[in-house]
Amino acid sequence: MFPLPVEKLPKINQYRYRLFLYLSVILWLLPLIAIMLVSLRSLSDLNAGNYWGIPTELNFLQNYSEVFVRSPMATYFLNSLIITIPTTIITLIISSMSGFTLAIHKFKFNMFIFAMFIAGNFIPFQILLVPVRSITIQFGMYDTWYALIIFHVAFQSGFCTFFLRNFIKELPFELIEAARADGATEVYIYTKIIIPLMRPALAALGVLIFTFIWNDYFWALVLVQSDSVRPVTVGLQALRGQWVASWNLIAAGSIVCALPPVIMFFILQKQFIRGLTFGAVKG
Amino acid sequence: MINYLKKNQLKFAPIYFLAPTIILFSLYVIYPIIDSIWVSFHSWNGMDRRLLDSSGELKNWKWVGLDNYRELFFDDYTFPINIINNLKWLILSLLVIPIGLGLAIFLNQNIKEMKFIKPLFFFPFVINLVVVSLIFTWFYMPKYGLLDLIFRSVGLEPIAFLAEETLATYAIIFAFFWPAIAYTMIIYLTGLTNINTEVVEAGRIDGASGFNMFWNVILPQLRPATFIATVVTVVGALRSFDMVAIMTKGGPWGSSSVLAYKMYEEALFSYRMGYGSAIATILFLIMDIYIAWFLYRLFINESSEK
Repeated sequence: MFPLPVEKLPKINQYRYRLFLYLSVILWLLPLIAIMLVSLRSLSDLNAGNYWGIPTELNFLQNYSEVFVRSPMATYFLNSLIITIPTTIITLIISSMSGFTLAIHKFKFNMFIFAMFIAGNFIPFQILLVPVRSITIQFGMYDTWYALIIFHVAFQSGFCTFFLRNFIKELPFELIEAARADGATEVYIYTKIIIPLMRPALAALGVLIFTFIWNDYFWALVLVQSDSVRPVTVGLQALRGQWVASWNLIAAGSIVCALPPVIMFFILQKQFIRGLTFGAVKG
Repeated sequence: MINYLKKNQLKFAPIYFLAPTIILFSLYVIYPIIDSIWVSFHSWNGMDRRLLDSSGELKNWKWVGLDNYRELFFDDYTFPINIINNLKWLILSLLVIPIGLGLAIFLNQNIKEMKFIKPLFFFPFVINLVVVSLIFTWFYMPKYGLLDLIFRSVGLEPIAFLAEETLATYAIIFAFFWPAIAYTMIIYLTGLTNINTEVVEAGRIDGASGFNMFWNVILPQLRPATFIATVVTVVGALRSFDMVAIMTKGGPWGSSSVLAYKMYEEALFSYRMGYGSAIATILFLIMDIYIAWFLYRLFINESSEK
């Protein structure tokens, strides 16, 4: 194990390590702690310049209900869910299919297609902007949820195919050969053998894609514009213009906007990290 | 017919398994890349390309050859500012890698509270960049921001970082560090848990310790992690759009703009699709170097496994 475990150090150094550790956690999370505290403050405190002193009153309920009731935040939040959940599901379905075939079938352009999906992950969004916007307008989907859902599915399926193809490649191939010898069709192998074995990979990928889509700002900025379809990221930025100096509301809105991926992360930590560090061990 | 399909299913399976992904990917990724490059040789305001004006000429769409690129390289004084800012992002963001590694080593202990502390270090990465940008905008805010407070408490003159032409870019990059360090840290933590303990113990017996051990035993074993960390950091840095758009809108006076932001402004605010596409093409060419390097590495590994 590296570095040397602290348990092997003298007691005094263990205490020092712990103290330093706790201090660094607080320092690391300081921006977040600060914004949480501000989201509880009243506007009169902020106007009086009392950002960091003892608050004269706690406005937790007022601030958060203001955000949800008196602004379109609830709609934005719902829009984000309406966009994110179907995108995640559809992406997983189609990329598990393509990942499956790229992993176990031999055909001419296999490697070429695989390389194309990988390369797609790295391209700057700007090279897609003008044409994707034109296509979306031509299809009559501009300013609808579908515009974002379809684009995200298309873009994310590249990364997911890459991920799942490598995962399936690690599975024992004898399993598939045995099933084929028993006369199983490829569709049967995919649905009855591969999918059940892929569950951990699908979970890891699912939380990751959910987070990516939820946090998308660029495409939400260029493909939709009305409040009734805007997701929470762009909505929050719009509200900021409206709230100007009401930092307590901006802070409360930010926390609402950040929350779903954070909750997801804390519940499904293991899957999340498995997804993110994919390739870090042997790639 | 059905029998024929069944007999040859190994031949046909790739077609139907790949079809949905390939169709979507071609339409929304491959075709747009080609089209963007094509558009970059034209002057286009984004309206109907085929519309004719009264004299029968194309109204909105005109071939201009390399004019967009010529203007970008020789006439547009903001272009060098953008390129330099992109370079600042690229170079400074590499600092994230050693910092993330240092943090990972610091946290790689098995004390019992670590189970709760590690996720706390990690979760800035989960928070979206809009919120990160807002938090830091406010952190830098003159008069009431946290940084101002810190500066004042130690007797320094407060600085409005985001309003200073020379400092705005650095202030945004610093904000980017927060989630980016979290990401590289988690990659290295996974790398560290997978390190071959026997080699480390053998090294200890041979008297290797501290930096010597780190440099000669640990770092070589972390190479895959370093590779992934570099790739995701560089890609993240080149996608700096969100943070620039929210924190400064490229300002003050365009001083913190990057190519990604400039492209968006030219295309969607000035309706210069051709010019915007030329910028996007340049950005794409820069990224291609990384794509090529990544693919090369990947296929070397793939073939060495067989």
